[in-house]
Amino acid sequence: MSATEFTPIAAVVGGALIGAAAVMLMAAKGRIAGVSGIAVRLFPPYGDGELAGRIAFIAGLILAPIIATFIAGGAPEQTIEASGIVLLAAGLLVGFGSVWGNGCTSGHGVCGLSRLSIRSLVAVATFMTTAIATVFISRHLM
Amino acid sequence: MAILVQFIIGLVFGLGLVVSGMSNPAKVLNFLDLASIRTGAWDASLAFVMLAAVAVTFVGFRFVLRRERPIFGEKFHLPTATDLDARIIAGPAIFGIGWGLAGFCPGPALTALGGGSQAAFLFVAAMLTGMVAARWLAIRSPASLISRSS
Repeated sequence: MSATEFTPIAAVVGGALIGAAAVMLMAAKGRIAGVSGIAVRLFPPYGDGELAGRIAFIAGLILAPIIATFIAGGAPEQTIEASGIVLLAAGLLVGFGSVWGNGCTSGHGVCGLSRLSIRSLVAVATFMTTAIATVFISRHLM
Repeated sequence: MAILVQFIIGLVFGLGLVVSGMSNPAKVLNFLDLASIRTGAWDASLAFVMLAAVAVTFVGFRFVLRRERPIFGEKFHLPTATDLDARIIAGPAIFGIGWGLAGFCPGPALTALGGGSQAAFLFVAAMLTGMVAARWLAIRSPASLISRSS
């Protein structure tokens, strides 16, 4: 594992930006800023004529680190420790689970908790528990 | 205009992930590693990101939802499901295992794509495959909830 520093100020500023984006999407389109829900609807079946907007949102997400690099003059720190096979398995689980459960850290976490949704609270408690257990097993028992 | 606005919103969201450090899987895993609290290596940042994001959204939604309709749409699309079915446990349980394995959830993984790493590309390809598979299964399951998904 590679150590990272506790950065509360950057965390609060970044978190506020994420919240601002969620509020702006609700104001603009009346929709929940759930990344898993937006990403899966880049693929068929289509039906609501919102594809272009979803592509634009995801393009913004992907371009953000490039813009940040340009502004800050250096690429954001990123350490990916998982091996190829683990990344593949993890990706499948994250993709399947987030869509099967109708949301991920953004849809259930940020938006759902803000709306005081019980379903989202159950979802967040569940994924926090299995994620913490997975890290404990992979880091301390294996 | 609406399309450009959604691009900017995605950009703000992604910048939030970058600024908060959540686009770095090591930071996420170091938060999830609660056993590191006693060694002092724990990184509590993610909790602060979540608290700030929820606080802003909680207040912001209250103002926005007073409007009759969104700026670029006819109505607000808010999730209406309230039942606690098997999927609201099973989905997040599976998602959490994957999140704990790699430290990536969907937003940060997509943002990491822009960093150009091969690992992020591999993860996102697998993630999109899993997403499409889940939606395909959900549409075919008798108690389909996909239409009310967030």
